[in-house]
Amino acid sequence: MSDADVIVIGGGPAGVAAAVELRRHGVARVVLLEREAQLGGATRHCSHSPFGMLDFHRVYFGAAYGRRLEAEAARAGVEVRTGHSVVQLMAGGRVELATPRGVETLKARRLLIATGARETPRAARLISGDRPIGVVTTGALQSYVAFHGLMPFRRPLIVGSELVSLSAVLTCLSHGARPVAMIEPGPHPLAPAPLMWFPRAMGIPFHCGAELLDIHGVRRVEDVTLRLRDGTLQKLACDGVLLTGRFTPESALLLQSALGVDPGSSGPAIDPYGRTADPHLFAAGNLLRAVETAGWSFREGRAVGRAIAEDLARDRDSGLDGDALIPVTFDPPVKLVVPGLIRRGSGAAPAFPDFQLRFARQARGRLSLVLDGREMWAQEKTWRPERRIVLPIPSAAQTAGRVHIGFEERA
Amino acid sequence: MRPEPPAFDESFDIAVIGAGVVGCAVVRRLALAGAKVVLIEKGSDILSGASKANSAILHTGFDAPPGSLELDLIKAGREEYLTLGPGLGLDLVKTGALVCAWNDLEAEKLDAIAAQGRENGVSNLALLSGATARATMPGLSDRLVAAIEVADEHIIDPWTAPLTYLTQGVALGAHFLRNAELIEGRFDGEWHLATTAGTVSARAVVNTAGLYGDIVDARLGFSPEFEIRPRKGQFVVLDKAAYAHVPRIVLPVPTEITKGVVVCPTAFGNVLIGPTAEEQEDRVRATVETATLEGLLARGAQIVPALAGMPVTAVYAGLRPASEAKAYRIFCRPEKRAVTLGGIRSTGLSAALGLAQHALKLIEGFGLSLSQASDAPELRLPNLTETCPRDWQAPDHGEIVCHCEMVTRREIEAALISPVPPGDFGGLRRRTRAGMGRCQGFYCNARLAEMTRGKLREPLAIGNERS
Repeated sequence: MSDADVIVIGGGPAGVAAAVELRRHGVARVVLLEREAQLGGATRHCSHSPFGMLDFHRVYFGAAYGRRLEAEAARAGVEVRTGHSVVQLMAGGRVELATPRGVETLKARRLLIATGARETPRAARLISGDRPIGVVTTGALQSYVAFHGLMPFRRPLIVGSELVSLSAVLTCLSHGARPVAMIEPGPHPLAPAPLMWFPRAMGIPFHCGAELLDIHGVRRVEDVTLRLRDGTLQKLACDGVLLTGRFTPESALLLQSALGVDPGSSGPAIDPYGRTADPHLFAAGNLLRAVETAGWSFREGRAVGRAIAEDLARDRDSGLDGDALIPVTFDPPVKLVVPGLIRRGSGAAPAFPDFQLRFARQARGRLSLVLDGREMWAQEKTWRPERRIVLPIPSAAQTAGRVHIGFEERA
Repeated sequence: MRPEPPAFDESFDIAVIGAGVVGCAVVRRLALAGAKVVLIEKGSDILSGASKANSAILHTGFDAPPGSLELDLIKAGREEYLTLGPGLGLDLVKTGALVCAWNDLEAEKLDAIAAQGRENGVSNLALLSGATARATMPGLSDRLVAAIEVADEHIIDPWTAPLTYLTQGVALGAHFLRNAELIEGRFDGEWHLATTAGTVSARAVVNTAGLYGDIVDARLGFSPEFEIRPRKGQFVVLDKAAYAHVPRIVLPVPTEITKGVVVCPTAFGNVLIGPTAEEQEDRVRATVETATLEGLLARGAQIVPALAGMPVTAVYAGLRPASEAKAYRIFCRPEKRAVTLGGIRSTGLSAALGLAQHALKLIEGFGLSLSQASDAPELRLPNLTETCPRDWQAPDHGEIVCHCEMVTRREIEAALISPVPPGDFGGLRRRTRAGMGRCQGFYCNARLAEMTRGKLREPLAIGNERS
């Protein structure tokens, strides 16, 4: 006996889009579990950048986007339960969750996990130095200003050069903080180069190839030591360190389950339908790979929602365990490939028409897709790190015995 | 000029200087014995120094120096903890430990270690082959040659225990004076202790100042009997996913210099790798270093291969109050009614209750008349360990504020108004685990800043965004 047809874990863009799509396809009981009090996920605290252009063909800012998601979910007849935090994934479509009433267990015919991504904090970056107050991520900073009207610092050092790093600069400047510098440890900014004129234009020194060697401060951050590209050490007075980007999937539930995570993406490995090795469990959104826009996650959620609806319609509650799963292999410095599994014998149209790839570092060379030793596609160029690369999944992949994404580096 | 801080108009029987785990235990023991106690602390909370960072192991003393006072006090402290703990809600997990030999040279030393353990009265010891040891913990690398199993080693919650000791002391009337650095002590038949928070009078003093033990002795006017030489230890805390691979405490064969890097589970469901042993001058700064942390991760993965690539939840470093000697530096000066409990390196958590018994015994020799001894007040602090029910599992907890460590609003609010409330953010973390999980505050830091506004010495937020 199930409590729901589908339980969706996570009320960000991917989770809500999937839940709404499931209802649209006539799935009767769709329960959406969200641990926060509102829907929206990471978009709730991003008050600066617009959302909704790809999904709702309108522009929303921050919490307004979450409210639109709430309205969509309500209109579609999704049972939304906020303040419900899943603490354990179990086999057979069961979840254990913390609710305001205590601990409960729910069972569904299918689970969809869409818990998103977060930035890598100071500890996991293994940064040297003292551990004073004032070292935060962009997400934490934006929660300070968006939810509480507070600021953790006035003169932070910003670490990172992804799109979110620019958003961090904007948040600082528009809330009375003046970043002392911005650094990127890699040789090139990770955001498209023209955008990097922005911090410079605002008078914030930007250093590529610069490393944060030391954070100093007994109670609060007092200064940092940087090693610049030319090897010189620079001591910089500041009152905070803002660690931006280096998103990582919020995959705690998977790490503690039998399923584990894919070492490349740090998220669950899925097949082109969004299904994991556990036939009851699907996944979508930034949990799969850090990190894409809200709109991308929304469309991914919608596609996986449709795949789950079709799967339920075929009523294959059993038998899937017997399907052959083939891992998609790849050469470094390709860092991750999503979907990372091919499930032989799957029928309907896949939710993921493309492989999504990321490079761990900049590399020039020939990227190829090889099925059973036969090259299906290839392209040679310079591949930038952390940029989305999409590569169509040929239908032959569904029946291939070996799927490999090859890379030959050229000097 | 700042005005002189006011003097306390009440006089105490005993002033305890330093609110580490030992100081907290001493306050409890003396208060139980009927003494009117004041605890003087330089920091803004208890456990501000050496006691905030340790391996959270309740040792048997199997490897302590035979015949030493340290051994006696570890055993006495452990005994009292085992008796007292359950009634106070202090959980402990009997994981047992394996002293692991990774080559033949190390394996040759195991006999001597086992013999020392038996000499120390630790009976539950067994020499195991590598294969047998791995049968008790399959995650261990197959390079394991042999091991000693010490079945009675436990892991405990290193923060709630000392907080419970002090909370009991406070319930018996002890006074906790924070942000009070001892400037000078004068004895004229009674102690007059000038601190940055005012002058305190007491008939006797106990120096439990840890990293400042020698400095406090000097400020009390004693000629130096020992010298603190801080020894830093860095640690890495791995994600809760690692816990399943490390059900036991994994100890290395010690060398002359160090006990070595331990891999052990924590009562909070994580895995700890550390500590290092690094001599330094500085008594305040305990920095972490990238290369060292990477080294600890690599060491952990050598010992338990499944730990390779495991996400890091936290990193920290602490300073041990080591001295020029290996032994505890305990001095009693009856003519000045002063006791110094110094140089408590790395066994302070295990020995704290034993040290407190010892301090009471020494103070009884001073002939102070104390009021009637009391029964221990019944109290129970909120459980933080994963082996007992947590607040989030009970109804009406308000909401979950820290999702990584599952900390409820009710727990945080209760900590903020508890008898010994947190004085700083670290203190709040140690009382609730909030912000200590894998996201390290990505989700809850701002919320905690809001909830703690005006309540901590060093606020998380520095004010209104546009001010």
